Amino acid sequence: MNTFVDAFRFIGDNPHLLLVKTAEHLELSGAALGIGLLLSLPIGLWLGHLHRGLFLAASVSNVGRALPSLVLIAFGITVFGIGFWNNTVALVVLAVPPILTNAYFAVDAVDRDVVDAARGMGMTELGVLMRIELPLALPLVFAGIRISAIFVIATATIAAIAGGGGLGAIIVNRASYGDAGVLAASLCVSALAFLAAMLLSLVKKAASPRQTPVP
Amino acid sequence: MIVAAGPVIPNFGTGSSCEVNNGWFCTDWVRQHWSDTLQPALIQHIELTVIAVSIGFVIAFALALAGFRYRLLDPPIGFVSDFLYTIPSLALFQILLPITGISVTTVEIALVSYTLLILYRNMIEGLRAVPAEIVDVARGSGFTRIQTFTRVELPLALPTILAGLRIATVSTVSIATVASFVVAKGLGAPIFTALGQDVFKTEIFMAGGMVVALALVADGLLVLLQRALTPWVRFGRSA
Repeated sequence: MNTFVDAFRFIGDNPHLLLVKTAEHLELSGAALGIGLLLSLPIGLWLGHLHRGLFLAASVSNVGRALPSLVLIAFGITVFGIGFWNNTVALVVLAVPPILTNAYFAVDAVDRDVVDAARGMGMTELGVLMRIELPLALPLVFAGIRISAIFVIATATIAAIAGGGGLGAIIVNRASYGDAGVLAASLCVSALAFLAAMLLSLVKKAASPRQTPVP
Repeated sequence: MIVAAGPVIPNFGTGSSCEVNNGWFCTDWVRQHWSDTLQPALIQHIELTVIAVSIGFVIAFALALAGFRYRLLDPPIGFVSDFLYTIPSLALFQILLPITGISVTTVEIALVSYTLLILYRNMIEGLRAVPAEIVDVARGSGFTRIQTFTRVELPLALPTILAGLRIATVSTVSIATVASFVVAKGLGAPIFTALGQDVFKTEIFMAGGMVVALALVADGLLVLLQRALTPWVRFGRSA
């Protein structure tokens, strides 16, 4: 249990190191999540709008879950070597499935009567998607982004074995940082993941349509 | 730190030219090391997963019973299991190390804690989705509370519960590779060994492929279980 005391002492003694590593961690995770969003959100939303591609959406999520992060990173090392591309590609691959699948199922599940009413009022297809379906689907879309963020932050930790930097670089280097440093970095990355998840939960809650009583 | 994994395999020097040159995939290496490296790792991986999912299922079921019966308990249970789910696996292993040491226990505690959220959520949602009228009819025709639960509510919730079991199992197969950061067990161990030996490609591809294959086979077996236990559910849509 002394290790925990030492870990907190380590945090007190090395705030700068931990801040730098946390920033690196956020940078890598943020970049991967951003690229993942750009790639998967438009596809997921549009397929959901067309009510097509159920097989794609379902299998992407199944395969995505079956792909272990360590395996992806190890594959990446063999193909790209150690460095930026390996980790970014591995993290993006993990970020895509939850966002794509949730966006698809969220838009697909929007009440068809509402959509038909919007079309009947003369809205364009893009207008229907952006102004009717997307707002109604938003809570589920954010739920997908939240799961992606959790995956990406966790995997960015493992990416340290491929030179990804971040808080994982401390965790996999016990020789330099000792038990206390490893534990301190583990606590920091846990706090980071938890804060990110909480933040996205709040965004999700804010995006949820308020239940207005029907007169 | 990386714990030395398994027997040290003479990947280079004595092997075929493919192995010496670290080619993309050396079938002769796989043939030679199936029984001393890959097969034991596969069996360990299955053990890690089965133990974690079984214990997780029992705990989640107990929690779901509590959360279903006493609605007040649901938010705190949900919050704690969600909190555990957010902790990065590598970090959770390190946080448990000072408490449970370099052992399978450390690995299993972490793996179990990741199954809880998915299993608990699906159990609760499945149970809550049972229409109140059906429960009323059961109670009205003389079923006790326990009979109503075991004969009406539980069977109706079963498809959702099994869908959760599928997701939890596939995720556990996947996360169990990270366990090799703590103990040299499971299919993560040969991957680590290979990374340490000048990134020996064959071993990485083979062990990595085996993890993915194991996850897909486990998922397929659970689909068969689903069909056997809930034959009234129409399949075709993925759960």
